[in-house]
Amino acid sequence: MPRRTVYEAKVEFVQILDEDGGFDEKLGKDLISDEQVVALYEHMVTCRELDEIAFKLQRSGRMGTFPQNKGQEAAAIGTAHALIKGTDWLVPCYRENAALFMHGLPMHYILLHWMGDERGNEIPPGVNITPLCIPIGTHMLHAAGIAYASKLRNEGRVVATFFGDGATSEGDFHEAMNFASVFQAPIVFLCQNNQWAISVPRESQTASETFAQKAIAYGMPGTQVDGNDLFGVYKVVKEAVDRARDGGGPSLIEAVTYRLGDHTTADDARRYRDQAELDAWLAKDPLIRLRKYLETNDLWDDQMQTELDEKAKVIVREVVKTAEGIESPATEDLFNYTFANLPDGIITQRDTLRTASIGQNPAQIGLRTQRQNA
Amino acid sequence: MTTTTLDIPAPDFTAPLPPRDGDRVIQFRQALREAMSEEMRRDHRVFLLGEEVAHYHGAYKISEGMLEEFGDKRIIDTPISESGFAGLGIGAAMYGLRPIVEFMSWSFSLVAADQILNNAPKMLYMSGGQWGCPIVFRGNDGAGGQLGPTHSWCVEGLFANVPGLKMVIPSNPYDAKGLLKAAIRDPDPVFFLENERLLADRAHVPEQEYYIPFGTAARLREGDACTLVSFGRPVHFCLEACDELAADGIDCDLLDMRTIRPLDIDSIIQSLAKTNRIVVVDQSWPFSSIASEVVTQVCEKGFDHLDHPPVRVNTEDVPTPYAANLEAAYLPNPGRIVSAVKETLR
Ligand SMILES: Cc1ncc(C[n+]2csc(CCOP(=O)(O)OP(=O)(O)O)c2C)c(N)n1
Ligand SMILES: [Mg+2]
Repeated sequence: MPRRTVYEAKVEFVQILDEDGGFDEKLGKDLISDEQVVALYEHMVTCRELDEIAFKLQRSGRMGTFPQNKGQEAAAIGTAHALIKGTDWLVPCYRENAALFMHGLPMHYILLHWMGDERGNEIPPGVNITPLCIPIGTHMLHAAGIAYASKLRNEGRVVATFFGDGATSEGDFHEAMNFASVFQAPIVFLCQNNQWAISVPRESQTASETFAQKAIAYGMPGTQVDGNDLFGVYKVVKEAVDRARDGGGPSLIEAVTYRLGDHTTADDARRYRDQAELDAWLAKDPLIRLRKYLETNDLWDDQMQTELDEKAKVIVREVVKTAEGIESPATEDLFNYTFANLPDGIITQRDTLRTASIGQNPAQIGLRTQRQNA
Repeated sequence: MTTTTLDIPAPDFTAPLPPRDGDRVIQFRQALREAMSEEMRRDHRVFLLGEEVAHYHGAYKISEGMLEEFGDKRIIDTPISESGFAGLGIGAAMYGLRPIVEFMSWSFSLVAADQILNNAPKMLYMSGGQWGCPIVFRGNDGAGGQLGPTHSWCVEGLFANVPGLKMVIPSNPYDAKGLLKAAIRDPDPVFFLENERLLADRAHVPEQEYYIPFGTAARLREGDACTLVSFGRPVHFCLEACDELAADGIDCDLLDMRTIRPLDIDSIIQSLAKTNRIVVVDQSWPFSSIASEVVTQVCEKGFDHLDHPPVRVNTEDVPTPYAANLEAAYLPNPGRIVSAVKETLR
């Protein structure tokens, strides 16, 4: 036969809880216990409150720049729930706070970070999370490296790395996928396709119909899931995590979701996207959907919601207080951690700030505020 | 064989430059836009490529209105692939077009390092003159106000090491326009480093076309006490320091280098012959920095003029910190420049 098909592939889309609260019993029955769904919903509401407050803090000048997570909570929470806290690793970018909190990052760390304090990235010992990553895409290779190293050490851990639709255009994404697959590393690549990369819409980012299908080229399973559906996300991630833990290698999951906020507080999305599009996605908000589910199943009522809203406010108020109560870092922090063991030269620089540095004359002691243009 | 890319007529650099003073006051970012737009109107081969440059008008609004004027074939939004669009631009330049590639930040050009350092500056050399690479890479460079260690790069020290590229670092709107126009007309790869903190600065920019030749420093203050050498944003710290020193009767000769490659070492040595003292202010790390290079050349070519060892003012030798107080302690500032100049006079 001169021509024959040498490869055929299909990509599945999974949805269990739809935007009207409809639930697929076949896929979703006994997937997450009632008690857990309630707890996850409570967490979701608390994270949304933190997100809204962080936005307000920025607007009132108490926070630098903040990338809102609003609308993407189900993708983060569903993923985090499928991983074992303290065993598995999360390798994040910056739009999955809810997952980080579930795996032990204190909430105030995220505020501290975006308030402009590196110490927000000092992950407490025992918490298996790497620092937020600003250069787009570079962390996916680290995730593949962590997964591979963990496999070499026979630890039975799984790594999940988060990234956006835009990040799939970076070479690092493709290299990480290829390595992970060739090395059969225990990793889940979690693409949060929130339809936008700053002002660039999904269709200008890729000519592929889905992001999930990019997995095929690297020889790993790729699945598309409704990213605003907690159950769906949990199900597909859990399958991928189990496969990885059993030695079955990596997977790519595309969580189809939407960035309900601006790219960051430095952006104004009204300049480039339609209100109608936003409205359509507001109706698909994971919070609304999950609450409908809880109410349908007699797990929730208005009274409980009122109490939860109040509780979330109290928690977030405390978190803000903690973050704002942290003093600016001491000047010697400028030098600490430059090397594992500080060389004598740096120690002298630190101890005699600007009296013995290279490129700096002993008399250069004047520290003045910067001229600001902006 | 010569390719068409090498046949581009050089601008007339002998034409006198228009006066710096006037009342056509515009922002630095507008001056950059004006330079690009004028060259695009003149030469249909020129186009702009980068993240968010078209519909969003650039992350820093430098290309505002350009999509509307030139259309989406010449003002091109790219996927987030720095290596991709830098390499694509290099290919287009080799093929006779004149791309301007915008990096949202030079910090993000690092993921395109092989394209911009290992390909563009060597293409002509490796092909024995057959493949030119007339491309401009431009974007924000330097600490922009709490952007953290990975996002605050000053790439000049690192990149200027590479032969075959030219490097421009303007400090004001007038120079920005004249230098960017010269960069776009240049037959070689030009690395054009802007600074976010300067983009809103306003100054007179002539409406007419003018081209500032590379390798010519501008003397911004005249004096015989000490030579101050700088480029880009710290030039403004030097100006403040000069004012403060002048109040004490210390008049400095301030040279704004404008281009790093080529470097106008002759002007520096001439000034040194008069002042016998030199302070070099550079907002990047001290080790192997532009300041190191200037000081080395000063020692090689002007040693006999020196009455005091050359002094450098750089950042601290650590990654750029994120916290506001640490970032301020890390960067050069007028106070440190004043101290450095006084030190040379002791
Ligand atoms: C290497 C690199 N290039 C460019 C940027 C600037 N940048 C920051 S976020 C962003 C968009 C990312 O979009 P996406 O991956 O979809 O994630 P989202 O922000 O939508 O969650 C860009 C271009 C960067 N941080 N790093
Ligand atoms: Mg996105």
